[in-house]
Amino acid sequence: MPKLKVPVSAADHIQGPESAAVTLVEYGDYECPHCGHAYAIVKRIQKHFGKRLRFVFRNFPLAQIHPNAEAAAETAEFAGAHGKFWEMHDLLFENQGELGGPLFLELSEKLGLAAEPLEQALKDRTYRERVRADFSGGVRSGVNGTPTFFIGAQRHDAAFEYEDLVAAIEDAIAPSALSA
Amino acid sequence: MTNAAASPRPFASSGQGMKLEPQPQKPAGILPPGTKAPDFTLHVTPDQTLSLSELRGRPVVLAFYPADWSPVCGDQMALYNEVLPEFQKLNAEIVGISVDGAWCHRAFAEERHLHFPLLADFEPKGAVSRKYGAYRESNGFSERALFVIDKEGVIAWSYNSPVAVNPGADGILQALENLPK
Repeated sequence: MPKLKVPVSAADHIQGPESAAVTLVEYGDYECPHCGHAYAIVKRIQKHFGKRLRFVFRNFPLAQIHPNAEAAAETAEFAGAHGKFWEMHDLLFENQGELGGPLFLELSEKLGLAAEPLEQALKDRTYRERVRADFSGGVRSGVNGTPTFFIGAQRHDAAFEYEDLVAAIEDAIAPSALSA
Repeated sequence: MTNAAASPRPFASSGQGMKLEPQPQKPAGILPPGTKAPDFTLHVTPDQTLSLSELRGRPVVLAFYPADWSPVCGDQMALYNEVLPEFQKLNAEIVGISVDGAWCHRAFAEERHLHFPLLADFEPKGAVSRKYGAYRESNGFSERALFVIDKEGVIAWSYNSPVAVNPGADGILQALENLPK
């Protein structure tokens, strides 16, 4: 069973406290419809578990089939460099049908970030290496498509509907109580 | 690229719509490491063939898979397509093999923008898959079996994934890295 090879670190985009009982890591692609579907589920999961759960999002753009996926990931990283990663992450998924240059600039302005530096960063591919590093680490960890979730270090191979994820996370938090 | 509400996990179930697991098959066993990789010649396009022996001198990855056109927006072949730069860094050649015909492979590769060869184990059907122990008689298609062949043409690593589970690329990369330089 494949395991998460790149431990969660300060370099990651993290929601939730370090003291959380369990960490959910998602490898995702902003243009992947399944990730769009999972986006709303993860929100509910976070609400359900509160401080017991830490959530990490890592980039896994399938660029050959999703032409806007890399630029979307780089846009989120640009926002992250300005302290607005999660806001951009959310907006990208909420506007998944409109991904592309104009939307990236519009969302950036909406978050109070100037459009020009983003345009430059996308042109220079400033955040490309960061995105590729996520991707490479994911491949090494056995990410086989998007979204791929890890609960703790364990790849979650089952379905990722709300109930499935809740059960799997509960299981990771208190394995003995549930398997008894 | 659809199936938005798909669950179970879309990538882990590529090939929905076909009966992938009618009955658990006795694992006849794929060829193990240490075996000389059987040579073969298959169509790579409708008018071109490729032989394994032509690739001698560098590592080769053979990825047998059940069928083109799995109804998800990324599958095993799409993943390898994305990982291609990493295979190339390791000087390896990757080829996909299924029982689909060369015209089918062409359409599939074009639609998914695949940048590596897909071989047609089409006539006689599944003959090469059988040589590698990677044919599912009960289904009439190939197993999801991976082979890393060293530059001398000997199998260095092989792995047979449950047919409904996309095995990913981590095992292949590890095996390529473990090859003697």
